[in-house]
Amino acid sequence: MSLKKDAKKIFKKGILYDNPILVQVIGICSALAVTNRMMNSLIMGIALSFVTAFSSMTVSLLKSRTPRHIRMMVQVLIISAYVIIVDIFLKAYMPDMSKALGPYVGLIITNCIIMGRAEGFAQSNPPVLSLLDGLSSGFGYTLVLLSISLVREILGFGTVFGVDVMPQSFTKWTLMVMPPSAFFILALIMWAAYNLRIKKEKEGVEKK
Amino acid sequence: MIDVHPFVIFIASIFTSNMIFSNFLGMCSFIAVSKEIPTAMGLGVAVTMVLSFTTVLNYIVYWNILVPFGLEYLMYIVFILVIAAFVQLLEMVMERYLSTLYYALGIFLPLITVNCAILGVSLFMVARQYDFLQTFMFSVGSGIGWALAITAMAGIRSKLSENSIPEGLRGAPTTLIITGIMALAFIGFSGMVQIQ
Repeated sequence: MSLKKDAKKIFKKGILYDNPILVQVIGICSALAVTNRMMNSLIMGIALSFVTAFSSMTVSLLKSRTPRHIRMMVQVLIISAYVIIVDIFLKAYMPDMSKALGPYVGLIITNCIIMGRAEGFAQSNPPVLSLLDGLSSGFGYTLVLLSISLVREILGFGTVFGVDVMPQSFTKWTLMVMPPSAFFILALIMWAAYNLRIKKEKEGVEKK
Repeated sequence: MIDVHPFVIFIASIFTSNMIFSNFLGMCSFIAVSKEIPTAMGLGVAVTMVLSFTTVLNYIVYWNILVPFGLEYLMYIVFILVIAAFVQLLEMVMERYLSTLYYALGIFLPLITVNCAILGVSLFMVARQYDFLQTFMFSVGSGIGWALAITAMAGIRSKLSENSIPEGLRGAPTTLIITGIMALAFIGFSGMVQIQ
């Protein structure tokens, strides 16, 4: 019973209150780079969730056997092993996607979200919870990525997941395809998320 | 192998393909450490140094060890190990022989291992199949471009710190918006030279 409760709490935290991108401001490199198309962001999100979840679990499984002062190195090695699996999988089954994401798949290794979860949670929690925690952070990340890319793809290409949604007369915003738009949209989403959190907190205070 | 003059790559990696403004690499430390000019410059110098050495090392390791043995898939692990080992080594050498520089840069060095710009440049170098001279110019240029960006950002942020900004926009969102505007300005360079 308590596992279920814990799991619910962890997911709420990972997606809303402790969202890696919006609240902790980590792991934004890839969040900005792959968000020009929704499909790219979805694949990137799934890849990152997979790597975070399993590397957290592995770190947690090995935590009593890893000497403390080399644990960073061990974590990096575990993470890179999973990233290599993801990379080989993409190359084999989705060669186009692998080309579109390019070096950013490899850059999952240096994504601070994974290190952060391994160091901050998996190091002191049982394997199953660590797996869930990794998944929830991954979902939080994927959600933000999808919302950025939704705006960028609709305005930049007039499509959603490659399907036309805008009328023929719609003029495409070239700026939305270029890098600067990613910065602006992420900033606006962060602002909105902040206001939402403040509002919730105020409501909570009034209820009490 | 693509045929671009190394000097063109050098200029392009500073301005048109700037690590931050067009490839979004190294954003984490870019946002966290860009509050004051001296610290930002310190980190910029450290990143440029580590970037130039590790990329060249990774070039040698990749083409002379991994490719002949058919081990390209181990690229990620090997690159990250080379970077971590090099940073550690650099730290020890600097502590012994250049202690003033060590104390100025000391705190930034461990941070660099997880800076995605370092690994990113190595991966781009492989993806674009640069030769040795091109790799060297690309890594030095990327480092200088990164240092330029973070120093400029620190200058703007230190001026902004006294202004009143809406509460939700303080910190990271403002930095992102300014970065966006700077990226727009840097797009102006793109007519000059272009590497993909």
